[in-house]
Amino acid sequence: MTPVQWTPKPSQPAPPLETGVWGWLYKNLFSSLFNSVLTVIGIIVIFWTVPPFIEWAVVDASWMGDSRVSCDKLAAQGDPGACWVFVKVRFELFLYGFYPEPERWRVNLTGLLLLFSGLPILLSGMIRTEQGRTILQAAGVLLIGLFFGWGPGALAVFMLFSPFVLSRSSLKSVLDERGLSVQLPAALIPGAGIYGIGLVFLDSDAALWLGGMGAVILSPLFFWGKASAMIWRWVFLLLAFPTAAFFILLGGAFGLVYVETHLWGGLFLTLVVAGTGIAASLPLGILLALGRRSEMPVIKTVCITFIEIIRGVPLVSVLFMASVMFPLFLPENVSFDKLLRALVGISLFYAAYVAEVIRGGLQALPKGQYEAAAALGWGYWKMMWIIIIPQALRLVIPGIVVNFLSLVKDTTLVAVIGLMDLLGIVKAAMADPEWIGYTKEAYVFAAVLFWIICFSISRYSMHLERKYHVSFR
Amino acid sequence: MAASTKTQHREPDIRLIHNVRFRAWVIQALVLVLLLTAAGYAVYNTGKNLQKAGVTTGFGFLEESAGFDIGLTLIQYSRNSTYFRAFLVGILNTLLVSALSIILSTLLGFTLGVLRLSPNWLVSRMAAVYTEIIRNIPLLLQILFWYLAILAPLPGPRQALELLTGFFLCNRGLIMPQPVPEPGFYFTLTALLVALVFCILLWRWNRRRQKQTGRVLPVYRLSFLILIGLPLAIHFVAGSPLQWEMPALKGFNFQGGMTLLPELIALWLAISLYAATFIGEFVRSGILAVHKGQMEAAQALGYRPFLAYRLIIIPQAMRVVTPPLISQYLTIVKNSSLAVVIGYPDLVHVFAGTALNQSGQAVEIIAMTMAVYLVVSLIISLFMNWFNQKYVLKGG
Repeated sequence: MTPVQWTPKPSQPAPPLETGVWGWLYKNLFSSLFNSVLTVIGIIVIFWTVPPFIEWAVVDASWMGDSRVSCDKLAAQGDPGACWVFVKVRFELFLYGFYPEPERWRVNLTGLLLLFSGLPILLSGMIRTEQGRTILQAAGVLLIGLFFGWGPGALAVFMLFSPFVLSRSSLKSVLDERGLSVQLPAALIPGAGIYGIGLVFLDSDAALWLGGMGAVILSPLFFWGKASAMIWRWVFLLLAFPTAAFFILLGGAFGLVYVETHLWGGLFLTLVVAGTGIAASLPLGILLALGRRSEMPVIKTVCITFIEIIRGVPLVSVLFMASVMFPLFLPENVSFDKLLRALVGISLFYAAYVAEVIRGGLQALPKGQYEAAAALGWGYWKMMWIIIIPQALRLVIPGIVVNFLSLVKDTTLVAVIGLMDLLGIVKAAMADPEWIGYTKEAYVFAAVLFWIICFSISRYSMHLERKYHVSFR
Repeated sequence: MAASTKTQHREPDIRLIHNVRFRAWVIQALVLVLLLTAAGYAVYNTGKNLQKAGVTTGFGFLEESAGFDIGLTLIQYSRNSTYFRAFLVGILNTLLVSALSIILSTLLGFTLGVLRLSPNWLVSRMAAVYTEIIRNIPLLLQILFWYLAILAPLPGPRQALELLTGFFLCNRGLIMPQPVPEPGFYFTLTALLVALVFCILLWRWNRRRQKQTGRVLPVYRLSFLILIGLPLAIHFVAGSPLQWEMPALKGFNFQGGMTLLPELIALWLAISLYAATFIGEFVRSGILAVHKGQMEAAQALGYRPFLAYRLIIIPQAMRVVTPPLISQYLTIVKNSSLAVVIGYPDLVHVFAGTALNQSGQAVEIIAMTMAVYLVVSLIISLFMNWFNQKYVLKGG
């Protein structure tokens, strides 16, 4: 009996429309008649829009030169492209507004300080060790020292290194035995000390500011055990940085020239409005959300009324109100800075929206969290700040970021009440008789800047969402 | 004190300050007093400031003549009309641009949402790119771009682009033929109304008959025929009582026809294109929120894809889509106030802008303007509550 050898037939190749490039094309673009029509329409639309735009923005555009003549020369040859010379010539104006030229280093310094105070927090996922973060900040100090001299360098040392140092020192254990009656006055000593030193070297206003801020910043030393460097970084970013920025940008103290706010403008002003709006609306929103869920009828009513009225009206009308009615509310001799009015308007407006988002987070927390805190015998504020709010915030990161994104976009509305933010200054630059007719270039430039800012924020929020994703199910 | 701790039992601390209810009352009283003081101070200062400026408070100014012209009026208005009339014109213009934008953005948004879910790779990517670009650029910038960079550089009326016969596009806006109804035209309108009522009755009857007998009529095609056919037939029987007034170039501008102001076009396009990206995302997430099993069950029952979408997927998706969609509509109404930057005569521009500057009645005018927006949002949120009670899944 001869064994029958079974030899399988070689398998047939896959149908040509199932694999490879053709397979992909068939499946994704031409799977049916309708799909093919859609694909053809899509290709036509792309051909209509993309090549002409690239031709306008890159190929035919004029980049060289520093006056209108170079653009006109190119335009005379035929089909005119974009005139980026206009943006190039006005670039500083778009960035700084009318901030006096010799003082613009102050804006740069503030930007760098913000960058290096914020980077360790933003990149905490990438740079995992405390040493790494400190090295990053050392680079910041070096950079600031090299570019701006010893004064700003010293400030940078204080701003960037203090969190690291403070995280290794706490006076709480020393004073704990003696209780609140000693801790409270002791907490005021550093502030008073700074105030005293300030009085000797500076005018009394600046000294009072510095002393107050010093007391606020350093007082946790007397109440907290060891707080991590990260927490100190947040404290510095939210308390010390705004104070420093206020003095650096506005001037009038520490030998800096006073720069009035109506000279502020451009991208710089946009960032000031957006930053202040974000920093102010989040805590206000948290308070409003807590108030709305409070069991005290008066507070609840006040918060609900405020939130619902603000959410029912457009931001433009709130800004109008801020610019027309705030001055009416105050005695005539008190003047109220225009920028400040806009900041108050925007912060209050977005606080109402943020409050609603946070209320959603508070409602989504399981009741057990509140009960556990109550069972530990904790008071209201301790329960809220340590247990409830961190978890609620983590739940609503996407909602909060959506609101902050629209805040960044809505900073353009301050142009309505006459402030020169990026959009306002771009519009003003277009009115320059020497550069009439370059509207598109100016708007495309502003749009690209805004797009970069907003797109990066939304991507960063996706990263945060993944990082802090939790589910209670 | 430390010596006698053997059986010492500490008295509970029952001072009033530790009583939660007492504390709550004190805090509330404090907040109330603070708020009232601040409000009283503001009112006092406002009164004094207004007195100094020579402005009499109160709503009497609404009866005075406004004395300014408005570029777009849906109702009778002249510079001799009252401030109240100007207020109404502003409200109507706001509602006009909001309604136009809501319609266009809904159409675009639903298309975008469906395209993003399309199995066609190219088209879904294009929709995604469009969404990411448009919604990350401030709306105000887009409005200004359309108005100043696209519409303003258009040629003047003499070199106007003729899109179709009678449709001209120039820097004065879009000029179109205007329908002029003659007396007999009311027959056509009546016929349209009758056809509409008849169609609704037909649908109801068809629905009932389907439940009882399972047989259906092709109602869509039938009602389409009735809706178009009946009014057209009556129209021609009555002798075509509708004239079109053609725009014609006379001197430096067009005479006759009706004009869509460039401000209106810019605002309408910018708001619609911007809001469409958000609506598209709502639609996409709504359709994705319907469980996969629903589609599979429909296919197992032998539904064709179109019917499965119409009868199974879309009704369930709409339950998710509608609440954010409605609040997006509210946002559109509020965003229409950006009209003020390009001078479209909406409520904020006409009333909180021009009227305020002329009369100086800041408090009353701002309050009235805000009240209008508040009423609109109140109506919309009442509708939302009704909708949620009616359509959102119960229990769970």
